[in-house]
Amino acid sequence: MPVLLFRVDERLIHGQVVMGWGAELQLEHYLVVDDELAQSTWEQDLYRQGLPEGARAEFLQVNQAAARLEIFEADPRRTMLLTRSIVAMRELVDRGALKGHRVNLGGLHYSSGRTERLSYIFLGESEETELKAILEGGVAVFARDLPGSRAVDVTSLLIDP
Amino acid sequence: MSDDDQVRGILLSHGKLAEGMVDAVQRIVGVDDDVLVALSNEGHNSQGLADSIDAVLGDSPAVIFTDLCTGSCAVTAQITCRGGGRRVVVFGMNLPMLLEFVFHRRLALEDLVPRLLEKGKQSMKSSPIAE
Repeated sequence: MPVLLFRVDERLIHGQVVMGWGAELQLEHYLVVDDELAQSTWEQDLYRQGLPEGARAEFLQVNQAAARLEIFEADPRRTMLLTRSIVAMRELVDRGALKGHRVNLGGLHYSSGRTERLSYIFLGESEETELKAILEGGVAVFARDLPGSRAVDVTSLLIDP
Repeated sequence: MSDDDQVRGILLSHGKLAEGMVDAVQRIVGVDDDVLVALSNEGHNSQGLADSIDAVLGDSPAVIFTDLCTGSCAVTAQITCRGGGRRVVVFGMNLPMLLEFVFHRRLALEDLVPRLLEKGKQSMKSSPIAE
């Protein structure tokens, strides 16, 4: 079973992910790719509290995930891969880990320098640069917070596409 | 205990739940604005929310009330409490426990928090009584 969804979401494992997408895709496995979080077991435990019964989460650094993605693609469990930054997802794209897949932008919230593009997507200059790099890597990107929402092609959200 | 040492409360929720609960407390008992402060996760990432909590609370002893025991509010609340013993997170807030908080926030956290949990649980009932 391939990874069913590659999602960028600053909140990682939270309600929209486990109750919205998790139920829709019947997810059993959450693969969280984040260099910082991969080294904090304490914080990992906080996120695991939000998992539905029977689901499992793994926390990996970008390098580890890129090296093991073929294994995950062959894993029988229904899997979502999550990053909390576009940079981490772009690094996976750079390593050829997302061939044939699309990236879902699920939640990037306000911080200094970012402007609102959708109610759940705020982007700044650096995020735009990273998104363009993903697109140039041949991987499509769409924004969609929940399965029932409209999918929005990310190019329509960029100031300078 | 001086007013500065009294425990302060932050309500952290999805959407406008926290705002609505603070409004309800105000209508029932009336409290100063800085005693219970409502924050929503709407439009905030975890770091932004954590910064807001720190800005409101400073070094005050505090209870952070959250709507759910999992998810972004709960995770962020716990992260902001990691540094010390002057903050406690109470998950699954309800109005009776918030009223209890207003009336007893002069207590030390170790005495106050069990009282809040007890009040919150006691207030969950049905009529007629469930078997």
